[in-house]
Amino acid sequence: MELCDLTIHELRGLYARKEVFPSEVLASVTRRIHKVEKDYGAYLTLDLEGAAEQAQAADARIKAGKALGVLEGIPVAIKDNLCQAGKEATCASRILQGFVPPYTATVVRKILAQGAVILGRANMDEFAMGSSTEYSAVKESKNPWDPQRTPGGSSGGSAVAVAAGEAIAALGSDTGGSIRQPAAFSGVTGLKPTYGLVSRYGLVALASSLDQIGPLTKDAEDSALLLNILSGFDPMDSTSVRVKELDYTRDLQQDLSGKKIGLPLEYFGAGIDAEVKRTVMKAVDLLKELGVEVVEISLKFTEYALPAYCIISSAEAGSNLARYDGIRFGKAAARIEDNLAAFYTRTRSEGFGPEVKRRIMLGTYVLSAGSYEAYYKKAQQVRTLIIKEFNEVFQQVDAIITPTTPTTAFKFGEKSQDPLRMYWSEVCTAPVNMAGLPAISIPCGFSCGLPVGMQIIGDHFMETVILNIAYQYQRVTDYHKARPEPVRKEGTA
Amino acid sequence: MRFDTVIGLEVHAELATATKIFCACTTKFGGAPNTQTCPVCLGLPGALPVLNKRAVEFCIRAGLALRCEIAKFSKMDRKNFFYPDMPKAYQISQYDLPLCRDGFLTLDCGKKIRINRIHLEEDAGKLTHSTGTERYSLVDYNRAGVPLIEIVSGPDLSTPAEAVEYLEKLQRILEYLEISDCKMAEGSLRCDANISLKPIDREELGTKTELKNLNSFKALSRALDYEIKRQSELLAAGQAVRAETRKWDEAKQQTLSIRSKEETQDYRYFPEPDLVPIELDPAYIAGIAKSLPELPDEKKQRFMADYGLPEYDADLITSAKRLAEFFEAVNAWYFNPKAASNFIMGELLRLLGEEQLKSAEIPVNPASFGDLLKLIDEGEISVSVGKQVFAQMFRTGAAPEEIIKAEGFKQISDETQLLAVINKAIKDHPQSVQDYLGGKEKAAGFLVGQIMRETKGQANPKLLKDLLHRELEKLKE
Repeated sequence: MELCDLTIHELRGLYARKEVFPSEVLASVTRRIHKVEKDYGAYLTLDLEGAAEQAQAADARIKAGKALGVLEGIPVAIKDNLCQAGKEATCASRILQGFVPPYTATVVRKILAQGAVILGRANMDEFAMGSSTEYSAVKESKNPWDPQRTPGGSSGGSAVAVAAGEAIAALGSDTGGSIRQPAAFSGVTGLKPTYGLVSRYGLVALASSLDQIGPLTKDAEDSALLLNILSGFDPMDSTSVRVKELDYTRDLQQDLSGKKIGLPLEYFGAGIDAEVKRTVMKAVDLLKELGVEVVEISLKFTEYALPAYCIISSAEAGSNLARYDGIRFGKAAARIEDNLAAFYTRTRSEGFGPEVKRRIMLGTYVLSAGSYEAYYKKAQQVRTLIIKEFNEVFQQVDAIITPTTPTTAFKFGEKSQDPLRMYWSEVCTAPVNMAGLPAISIPCGFSCGLPVGMQIIGDHFMETVILNIAYQYQRVTDYHKARPEPVRKEGTA
Repeated sequence: MRFDTVIGLEVHAELATATKIFCACTTKFGGAPNTQTCPVCLGLPGALPVLNKRAVEFCIRAGLALRCEIAKFSKMDRKNFFYPDMPKAYQISQYDLPLCRDGFLTLDCGKKIRINRIHLEEDAGKLTHSTGTERYSLVDYNRAGVPLIEIVSGPDLSTPAEAVEYLEKLQRILEYLEISDCKMAEGSLRCDANISLKPIDREELGTKTELKNLNSFKALSRALDYEIKRQSELLAAGQAVRAETRKWDEAKQQTLSIRSKEETQDYRYFPEPDLVPIELDPAYIAGIAKSLPELPDEKKQRFMADYGLPEYDADLITSAKRLAEFFEAVNAWYFNPKAASNFIMGELLRLLGEEQLKSAEIPVNPASFGDLLKLIDEGEISVSVGKQVFAQMFRTGAAPEEIIKAEGFKQISDETQLLAVINKAIKDHPQSVQDYLGGKEKAAGFLVGQIMRETKGQANPKLLKDLLHRELEKLKE
């Protein structure tokens, strides 16, 4: 085991006892990056020099016995759609090439204030549209468990960085599953908080009413530690919520006996891989042993959740992405056309990839006169029903468990030519965004050597409950500690 | 064929909030281009809007003053369209749930003009197009994100004069509410007009045109006149009016087509997901209602009733809130409403105009002004001297007594002193005396003028007249 394979809470212990210093951890992470990054491609850009400076400053603070931030000297990766002043933010799109934001996202400001060492910017599907990183305009990230396969997406780079020890933890964003799905594919823990718990200020928007920033970590305890920092009302984001400040590690140790978990039939039905189902059910059985009561429930609007999600997210995305016209920032068409509309068309034709164009067209269509009522309005009505249905279920249960994804990691090219099959990989996760609920994906076993993720969904602002269940599960299992083979080899060498 | 004219106005007023509608940038007019911007109003990726509470309050003030219903539940929407002055490629506006709806404004003749809605939205940046051979356009985003209200009237105006009266009254109300500068020249008050004609015996409205670039009351009036003539000629000739947007061309004094309505864009409105709905507590609305000032029409009626002012005076003095307040302050100190009104209409407005000052910047203390009126009433100085004193008060801020003393303006009411001047004038102008004695009463006026000149206008006019007559009558004998 290398230092780069440790968790935040383990490193915090070592730092507190002055047994290890951040520079040593960074050196370990850097070695790992040099070793595997060329094969995995987790990062779009790395700033190891900047990281080294930050780590040395952390060393000094630890040596001087100063008060330490929660993330003091912890090397982290951030997804390329989170703005940091002075750092190019491209969202893995050609159209944002050269865009250097003059301001910093609230979450980035918060982790920096807690002493985090930022390693670089993680790869993603262009504008977070996709489930495999295949839609990144720059490169594909590879799944460390099988480089023939995708790591999932859109926060694929963040998941790979954590899975391969190229970062201790990472930040991602989740609109329909973009944290949980790559976490499941790559064998890490990924948390999507309740909508409004974490400020979106400085997150380049995909779909404003669904986007939420969250951590990708090696275990649930690290998720709780990061959520403590990320969460909180932000006056710069009107949709962030004023909730009582909470220590999300508070209930981790709580006994699970008496907890009631719902298993929705619809999430274990057709289109879900049998081996995935079996693995998740085995995990549920283990939870029963830990004292959890399991009941079958029904979420019948699930059937409509994914299509409604596609409509709403595309509508918002089409509008959010309209500002990329090459005039004020980003990359403009090389040849300036004689009229404005032609210039816009050329810039956007050259700058956006096929999936982004597809969603912009879809989004424009569902909002246009004549289709609004049939699509956008209908989808909003479905959304209201989904919220209502989840609310009713949470009257009876503390949490809902489902597979995170219908299959394990798929191969490159398997779905990238078929958008509907690609969208299907978010079938278990997108309903959660539609309802604004918190959910965590944790590794719960393997299928043909590939990680399987279990999704634990909580009621609004009940992150403590799902973190408690995840933590207790991880206390008695090792799936989250398993490392992909190339990394294991290096560890034992 | 005879036609009825149907006019509706869409008025945009920039709200006089200190900061923009969704960010903390200043709304000041006239800053160097793009100096009053930030990631939010530039629409940079990742920046988010936060609604300015004051802008909502101002919109509600307008709604209450125009007798609208205020929505307890409202929301902001996105209006999507590509244009370089709109940095996000959508304008945050309000679509189906405006803050205010179903109000009215009453014209002087008693006719009620319906206000269909008042909604809140953000302004766009300003484009400057090159005029030379090199073709380019410049964008200034200082104005982007300045809060606007759009006030949409019903199609209830029947003449250009009514449209002008409606707009004047609206401007006056917004100014009284202190929510907008309402300067048409600076663009803080903008007006578009919809106009159509219909045969008088028909119910359904005719095809309308929308008129833009109406930058003054005169432009509004002339553009409507022009459009009535143009449309009625078309209809009389059996031709159809095209549904289109037309621009008033000031130089040519005509409206020109800029686009047909068939090309109208689909704005794809949908609820703004970056903002939460606006839910208003009835107590909050009631609080705003309580804080509303007396409105121009009420004030005018009161000035006529309480101060006995003629309608003309009351209208002019209540044309600006600060002017009306000044008038009341003067009369609280020294009560002579008509004299105060005369001085304000004649002298004060002229001097303000000369100095290009606003009514908020009247440099005269109302108490001093009251003192001046009192000095005139008491015969200390004449009205004409009073005007000179007032001009000095206006420019120096000094009290009237000081000016009178320093300039030696005191009225001469001493008979011996006056008689000396009168006799001198009689001696110096024998021809006029002869004329008077010959029956030309007017000749006395010439003599009064000479004496006034001699005394620098300080002779007590009434006494002077009496004494002069007495002296001249003596010569008759």
